[in-house]
Amino acid sequence: MMRTLTVLFLCLFLAPASTRGADPEYGYPLRSAFGSSIIGTPEKLKPKLPEYVPTRTLELEIFPDRKKPPVFFYDHGLVSTLAYQKKKAPLVFLIASYGASNLSSAQQTLMKTLYQAGFHVITLPSSTHPNFIISASSSSVPGDLTADAVDMYRAMEAAWNAVKHKIEVSDFYLVGTSLGATQAAFVARYDEERQFFKFRKVMLINPSVNLYNSVNMIEALLAKIPGGSNREGEFFNRMLTRFISFYRAGNFVSFNDQFLFAVYQEQLFSNDEAGALIGLSYRVNLAGQIFASDVMTNSGYIVPKNLVLHYTDPLSDYFQVATHLSFFQFFNEYLFPYFRSQNPGLTQDAFIRSQGLKAIDPYLRDNPKFGVITNENDFILAPGELDYLKGLFGPNIKVYPWGGHLGNLEYRDNLAYLVEFLKREGGKP
Amino acid sequence: MNHAIGTLRRGALVALLFTLLAGCATTAANRPAPDVPARHTAAEFRDLRIAYEPDPWEGFNRSMYQFNYYLDHYLFLPVVHGYEFITPVFVQDRVSDFFNNLGEIKNLTNSVLQLKGGETGHTLARFLTNSTVGLGGLFDPATTWGLERRPEDFGLTLARWGVASGNYLVLPVFGPSSARDAGGLAVDGGISYGIYTLADPFRSLDESFTIEAGVATLDAIDTRHQIPFRYFESGYPFEYEMVRFFTRERRELATKK
Repeated sequence: MMRTLTVLFLCLFLAPASTRGADPEYGYPLRSAFGSSIIGTPEKLKPKLPEYVPTRTLELEIFPDRKKPPVFFYDHGLVSTLAYQKKKAPLVFLIASYGASNLSSAQQTLMKTLYQAGFHVITLPSSTHPNFIISASSSSVPGDLTADAVDMYRAMEAAWNAVKHKIEVSDFYLVGTSLGATQAAFVARYDEERQFFKFRKVMLINPSVNLYNSVNMIEALLAKIPGGSNREGEFFNRMLTRFISFYRAGNFVSFNDQFLFAVYQEQLFSNDEAGALIGLSYRVNLAGQIFASDVMTNSGYIVPKNLVLHYTDPLSDYFQVATHLSFFQFFNEYLFPYFRSQNPGLTQDAFIRSQGLKAIDPYLRDNPKFGVITNENDFILAPGELDYLKGLFGPNIKVYPWGGHLGNLEYRDNLAYLVEFLKREGGKP
Repeated sequence: MNHAIGTLRRGALVALLFTLLAGCATTAANRPAPDVPARHTAAEFRDLRIAYEPDPWEGFNRSMYQFNYYLDHYLFLPVVHGYEFITPVFVQDRVSDFFNNLGEIKNLTNSVLQLKGGETGHTLARFLTNSTVGLGGLFDPATTWGLERRPEDFGLTLARWGVASGNYLVLPVFGPSSARDAGGLAVDGGISYGIYTLADPFRSLDESFTIEAGVATLDAIDTRHQIPFRYFESGYPFEYEMVRFFTRERRELATKK
């Protein structure tokens, strides 16, 4: 579904960026930060992956006594996927990026790549995905890295308990993308306390250094819309009209790679417009998080308190409201008041500082267990944060010259590096 | 005769389901509204809606969307999974190619009805290639040679001659559609049925009814097998709204080609 969203909602793209200082060795072709993040990797530059991977879908009832509202009638537990080897093998847990489901298109590629490389794989949704909020978050209010790591760890244990009699595992590994990468660092630290999985290696792909800085960068993309983010609906419809006339005018037969590349080459959308469309897709994910959390906690934030929604009720109004709230509004009015109710002395500044890698700097610094893959032009990193990452992880960070945010994730060199890092000797003995 | 009874029975079943489900389509109007509004309401935002499509039959459509999920969950998907488990992938692909090749008759008829000369030639060449070199449609060499599939249906034919899409409509079994396309679906079904009755490939065999039933079942299983969409798989609370938007947009774009 989210793949459909990415392709259709955001078939847009922008000016190829300047090639100054380019690394001629790196073959990923899209140099624009926004363009690459939207288009991803062209089909022929992805590695050849198996069409068929033996998998089992797990529906984990983590809180069996939890009552689920009728509007979420389809939710029967946390959905997770196991890809299994027939022999003893190491197992990798995969944590999805912001708002993504356990089998988003990036998760599927990573799962197949790691399966092909001989690993068992268990995929997990982001803790901000509605399924996690409904079925696996103890508070149903995700947004605190430390608390969410505990919930994620519980979900991993539940998944492991569901499969441990069926597969043979030698070691445990952990891989996360984007917000899931930052979270993986917190999950790994919690694992040192719990000592259950004892992760051997942890790979962070395009991590956020501080969640609030990253959200700031993304919300700033929406501010470029004429009239600001409160005119995002008008903006969306304008972009859609342009996109449709482009498709009609050309001799395209479907929304394939060829069409997307034409949109990119013709610069159908300016750089600011492409950035705003990325901001908009972020808001669409945020809307899911806000709605799911509000309904679960009956907070009366966008759905009236004590109103029992049924699946047949129209939800368009809630979608309109949820997509028009900025993250900061949601944070000030909903998230932070909840976190302070749990911890009365908490200040906003202290909380924001705790939401990033710097909060666990001593644990991460030069820890041989960790590897990082990121890009020079990843726009979720604030100024100075890339240098911070380089200092923090030393030789274990791989920085590609371009690729935007997760745009080059499926490029064959990137995936080969991931496998090589996990298989390399070292890490935790 | 057997055909007629089968069709009648199926029609009656569908009509019954419609009636039952329309009855279940309760809406918020039947329940009292809470006194206190939420902190943020739609009235606050004076902006166009994102990915919006009018949906006058939303109550019915949402019930049907839900119904299709259950139908998938309890009937189609277990059968499809069983089929995928016992059949080698190679055989599954041959079955898909075979039924897709038969489907070219529908594409061809509708290209002709829309007076699309180029596309008619394209689809005819494709059909002939796959029926001969492709061993009666078991393989699809045409795609490899650049003759890709050009899907057409009677809904698109109606659109070609000026019929508007009409309201968004979620059909039982078939899923997201529109008033016009639901009519188109019935005509396409009628045409296939007519051609099939004329050809009647199994007429000389004793067990012709059993064989026909088997072929029809395999066709249905293969159809579901080829559609990757799973209701509620996204887990996104506004999946219905997103699917509605994309279905309408894609369809609208297809009518302009």
